[in-house]
Amino acid sequence: MKRIILTLGLLAALLASCAPVDLNPPVPVYDTGVDPNAWVQIPAGEFYFGQHNEVAYTDAYEIMVTDVTVAQYVDFLNAALADGTVKISGEYVVGFYPGDPFHGKKHEIRIDPGDYLFVPLNDPASRFTFDGQRFAVRPGWENHPMTNVSWFGAWGYCGYYGWRLPTELEWQKAARGSDTRPFPWGDEITRQHANFYASRDPFEDMSSYGSLTTPVGFYNGNTYDGFQTVNAASPYGLYDMAGNVWQWVGDVQPQEGFSDRLMHGGSRNTYDMDLRIWVRNSAPPMYYGPAVGFRCGR
Amino acid sequence: MHFIKTRFNYLFTTTKGLILVAVAMIALETAIWGMLSGPMAEMGVREIVIKALGMDIVQSEREGRIVILYHSIAMAVVAIETYMITGLLAMREFYKKAVRVLITVGYLMAMIFGMGFAYFGHNWAFHGLYITGLALIFFAGVLLTIALNPWDPAYRLPSPDGRGAGGEGLPSPDGRGAGGEGLPSPVGRGAGGEGLPSPVGRGAGGEGDYARTKSGIDLERAAFFTTALTTVISAIFGAVPGSFFGNGFEVFLAENIIRLPEKTTMEYSIIGHLHIMLALIAIMITLIIGRWLDFKGAWHKTAMPLMILGCIVLNLGVWGVVTPLEPIAHMIIYVGATPSMLAALFLLIWSWGKLIKDGTAHLAKPTFLQKLAALVRDPLKFGPTWQMLFMNFTTSGIGIFMAIKLDDIFRLWPAREERIELTGHWHALSAIIATIILFYYGDMIGLKGKVRQIYGWAIIFLSDLALGAVTVFEMKRLFISEAEQQPLVNLLMYMIDFGLGFLLVLLAVVMVWRLIDLFKPKGRWTEEAAHELAEEVAK
Repeated sequence: MKRIILTLGLLAALLASCAPVDLNPPVPVYDTGVDPNAWVQIPAGEFYFGQHNEVAYTDAYEIMVTDVTVAQYVDFLNAALADGTVKISGEYVVGFYPGDPFHGKKHEIRIDPGDYLFVPLNDPASRFTFDGQRFAVRPGWENHPMTNVSWFGAWGYCGYYGWRLPTELEWQKAARGSDTRPFPWGDEITRQHANFYASRDPFEDMSSYGSLTTPVGFYNGNTYDGFQTVNAASPYGLYDMAGNVWQWVGDVQPQEGFSDRLMHGGSRNTYDMDLRIWVRNSAPPMYYGPAVGFRCGR
Repeated sequence: MHFIKTRFNYLFTTTKGLILVAVAMIALETAIWGMLSGPMAEMGVREIVIKALGMDIVQSEREGRIVILYHSIAMAVVAIETYMITGLLAMREFYKKAVRVLITVGYLMAMIFGMGFAYFGHNWAFHGLYITGLALIFFAGVLLTIALNPWDPAYRLPSPDGRGAGGEGLPSPDGRGAGGEGLPSPVGRGAGGEGLPSPVGRGAGGEGDYARTKSGIDLERAAFFTTALTTVISAIFGAVPGSFFGNGFEVFLAENIIRLPEKTTMEYSIIGHLHIMLALIAIMITLIIGRWLDFKGAWHKTAMPLMILGCIVLNLGVWGVVTPLEPIAHMIIYVGATPSMLAALFLLIWSWGKLIKDGTAHLAKPTFLQKLAALVRDPLKFGPTWQMLFMNFTTSGIGIFMAIKLDDIFRLWPAREERIELTGHWHALSAIIATIILFYYGDMIGLKGKVRQIYGWAIIFLSDLALGAVTVFEMKRLFISEAEQQPLVNLLMYMIDFGLGFLLVLLAVVMVWRLIDLFKPKGRWTEEAAHELAEEVAK
């Protein structure tokens, strides 16, 4: 009898693990009060770059206060589709990219001028829909960061408006300010500071869909249905520079033959150690995922 | 006073006592530091442990802490292997004692002061003592290599026809000696020369022939020697860049720079070091298990040359990463890994054959099921080679698959996914090595009957469940998207936590039992103190 119960229990656990996950579950809607159209000026000067605090320099630049939202990206897709900047190619939205230099190095990916994937059209984890004519935001996800967007798609969005992706140096300076802090807000991290794996925010259900994105600017000191956040803005006032989604940065081939593109900031799906400012992730520029987004600089 | 003295002597001067101390230290460290990551961190246990123990966790120093943590555990494992080698193989008493003293003081210093420095504020005296500990272990390795010298006439094997090796030598009086002055060793495997305490009983004749050269050089000893020598050299590949980066504390974990096409020589050296050290620990435990089981005969004669060849080529490949050979280093490594793994396969074939043969000796014509029953009758003797086979699923298979499909599959994913695979597969290999040590430990402490069965099968079942789940976790992106993964991740985490958790509980039970036993005047420890490992080979 005990064996039967044990076997049934194991079978139930196995079946539960194979059960389909609702990739667009109903989520609470919160207005964080943070404007995704806001930009902030970062002054020229030196700062501490990387884990080992090398002194680096940037010119002055501006950077978005939040990640690009789903609503912002959908507006771009509609405008860009209308004027032919992007087009539909099978299951993807594609746009032109002028290509990378190719050095024939081991593991290097050849990226010639041509059309490349910006976003997938029918990925169930995407937060937008397409009816054949127009793109629309899935209800409730308007102020969440745009995800399932490739580096080409992020590059295309910023370029469409005359902006660009921030470089790795710019991204880290905007996150860190002038000292050597590991996180945008300071030295320590708690579950009230950022959205990371098992951080127990209102957008998380670890028994089914796991950790979802939080609206941009969510960790600003407000309380949402009893969930108290800490104001986790960076010294320059940027939100979500740690957690929520990895953010593409603009560097192309920081090393000869390195065709990956860098990402920073950690995500809703990584442990807190990956939220440290200097931690790098990377992927080929055509990669897209539900925990990768971006913001622009100019 | 007598009470303390006798226990101290057992724990720090006998092979089994020294192994017990090292196993206990690893168990303690694993139990405490295992609570700082993974599910324990998710549940908030990490914060409690940090506060309760007064740890000083600085975010930017995580990589440095981990490097010291890995080293402190690895040094204790290396010490255990060294105790086993010095307990199994003949060597001069001076070397045996010197090696044991150096490595015991060394690993305890590295473990205690290393962890003290890394996790409890930066006491620089601790850092110095940690480095001193590592240096002592290095010198122990140098002495061990000298002690294992296979060309020493004292350790030559007699020819199968019973004649002494080396030309001038006549068999020792008990017929097992090997030339030289022909003094028999006390227990067997006499080797002439100084009448070495060589209790192995590896004489000539009958089935008892071992891999040897025509001049009588013991090729198994040569394999131990080669592995020890290359381990010492490979340690330098970590020590030099360790000093280089450590002085400025620009520590990094190799898995975080794996995709960068340009790496410095020092970075290559670190990458080579961590790979080869684990591989050498694995090769050494394979040799140890072979000696414990008294690996011999035709399979032994084929395996040992392959083990030596594989070990040398593998090392040359890894050392080559800091030379202009770097572009073809991986090819050399594959060439070296193949004979090493073949040698392990031959050990498996021989040992399974022996288990079946011994277990069905009373049957005239055993059926397949009877043979299978004989094979798995003793989990402690079946377990080590089974785990070596299982390793092909968790480590070698994954590694080869990744190498073949790197550009087509794995490099199309984010680097963090690749990091999970890299760290996962070598953690699995480390855990497998640990379980193999535990099988042997279970046998050497004399587990019998039901306890032996429960202990052995629990290790096999729990570790394979956990490591199988780890392997699926590593490879999950092949069959499930990131958005849909959570239920599967949950199931795998339960399996991993259940397996590793209960394995640690099992180890804790054994450790508590051993602790209680130490308080008994005529406990098992008194028996253990009286017997050397070599006397118990292939009982």
